[in-house]
Amino acid sequence: MKKMTLQVRDLCTSFFTDKGEIKAVNNVSFDVPKRGIIGIVGESGCGKSMTARSVMRLIKYPGRIVSGSITLEGKELTRLTESEMANVRGEEISMIFQEPMTSLNPVMKAGRQVQEVVMLHRKVSKKEARAEVLRMFEKVGISEPEKRYECYPHELSGGLRQRVMIAMAMICRPKLLIADEPTTALDVTVEAQILELMRNLRDEIGTSIMLISHNLGVVAEICDYVHVMYAGRVVEQAETFELFDNPRHPYTIGLMNAVDSLERKQAVLDTIPGTVPNLLGLGEGCSFAPRCGRRTGRCDQMSELIEVVPGHLVRCHCHRQEVR
Amino acid sequence: MEKNALIAAKKLTVEFSLSGNKKVHAVSDVSLDVYEHEVLALVGESGCGKSTLGKAMVQLIRPTGGEVSFKGTPITGMSRKAFQEYRRQMQIVFQDPYASLDPRMSVRDIVAEPLETHCVCPTKAETTERVVELLKAVGLTSDHLYRYAHQFSGGQRQRIGIARAIALNPAFIVCDEPVSALDVSVQNQILNLLKDLQGRFGLTYLFISHDLSVVRFIADRVCVMFLGKLCELGDTETIYEKPMHPYTRFLLDAIPKADPHQRRGERLLLSGELPSPVNPPSGCRFHTRCPYATGKCKATEPPLHSVEGRLVACHLYE
Repeated sequence: MKKMTLQVRDLCTSFFTDKGEIKAVNNVSFDVPKRGIIGIVGESGCGKSMTARSVMRLIKYPGRIVSGSITLEGKELTRLTESEMANVRGEEISMIFQEPMTSLNPVMKAGRQVQEVVMLHRKVSKKEARAEVLRMFEKVGISEPEKRYECYPHELSGGLRQRVMIAMAMICRPKLLIADEPTTALDVTVEAQILELMRNLRDEIGTSIMLISHNLGVVAEICDYVHVMYAGRVVEQAETFELFDNPRHPYTIGLMNAVDSLERKQAVLDTIPGTVPNLLGLGEGCSFAPRCGRRTGRCDQMSELIEVVPGHLVRCHCHRQEVR
Repeated sequence: MEKNALIAAKKLTVEFSLSGNKKVHAVSDVSLDVYEHEVLALVGESGCGKSTLGKAMVQLIRPTGGEVSFKGTPITGMSRKAFQEYRRQMQIVFQDPYASLDPRMSVRDIVAEPLETHCVCPTKAETTERVVELLKAVGLTSDHLYRYAHQFSGGQRQRIGIARAIALNPAFIVCDEPVSALDVSVQNQILNLLKDLQGRFGLTYLFISHDLSVVRFIADRVCVMFLGKLCELGDTETIYEKPMHPYTRFLLDAIPKADPHQRRGERLLLSGELPSPVNPPSGCRFHTRCPYATGKCKATEPPLHSVEGRLVACHLYE
């Protein structure tokens, strides 16, 4: 049995608005194995970021975790007090975000911000902390670390800012790194560099990574295991090669065809008709049914996650093998 | 066959002044023809000047130097009034469908605005009729007329932006990253729509994008930019099949493929960061990041010259 860094079981996170309950994360379960990289993919509003924030316990009012368990190497995070959780963040789990500019403090030097993290979690002198930051800067590929240490975030390019964020996230050698669309704001050539860096850090430091992305290419590039989310639920999960070779859920198939058809020279691109549903007042049925070409009467009831081959789960009544 | 340039930029330069005599060299000395009824894609990374060039082509930004001509008539330096006639012919679709629609205007008013500005329809009723026609052309219905932008999804908003752009039957549309704010499944719907409209109305597009996979579908020709300069320009398939400029090769290679069997592994990665457009490198502007750079690249700027059916600005192919 593989050792798990993180285990999430039946997680439900809802937002309670004037108009009703919005089930942003609906019965989501997944594992992050030790030294593994798992991906969560889906389009905007599918609940992938809220899943990540739930793990960090960063859900703000009017949202809250309704039920489910989140365990980090045996420690139940949902029962920790706020101050205990604060110690977990940054030390055991850390997170990087899509837009590094908005998550860095604009009036504080980049190096100081990372140094702060070291000082907060460890009893070291300022000088030692600074030396450690410089070592980390070098590790994440920041050229001229001494000079960059003194820079303010606005003086750095997008790629460098994301490297500073990664340095900050990795400096305490966390057990788990949550990367929420880490390369979406970056150019492709820089994106490739950052993905490479994340893979290297996993190998070197042994951190497990949970990667949130809307980009199937990014997920295919570095993940070992992938979960596809739609309207708050996991609709398909499998080992990366298995998922891309044999996608079973009509939504996954639709997404992959949409991406693939850009490369094939087609007169008309494949699309998924319609748009993502409003999470307010979702019925009992399959939430993808209105956009699905294989809809039947059974789709009025949401399917369970069915294990079609070991390790490959699909939430669809007609999960038969699909030849793309 | 001689192709007619619908809109042509000649030695176009756009600079933005900073304090202390410094300048951002956004577009430097670019000459580019957009042929009638073609889709020309302008690709490059952020800060390469592609949006600035696009906006300068339709006079949304005044160029500091050079000339743009539309069907042979120079439009740079034209008076506002004289330019009005030409404005009708050139429209733009913006990247962010959330920011480019007025939240306090109904869809009818948004799409009717260009019609009213240019006094196209004599009566209000006729204007509305035309708006409905336009909405239908982009896949919306008359039910949507009196709704507001916030009531629509991102894809539908972009459809409204497109309806506004085609309202005046323009000849030329600048599509400035029209799908980069959209989800994959919706992105393809919009690309199909743009291609369909282009065929139906005989439009010419300047399609600006950082996403090379999107470009392959829609563009007839591709123009790769780096830091305000053209690197490579040619037919889409020529460029994708055999990219020549080192930068084009890196750009194509960097796209993550949605197929784990094609993982990058030990492929060559472009190192370093984009140099600053305030102090662009001497010679070839790409030489600081280019693994093939020689002394010559540092000293002299490579001109665009024709190699195997495309234009490329690189000393490697001289």
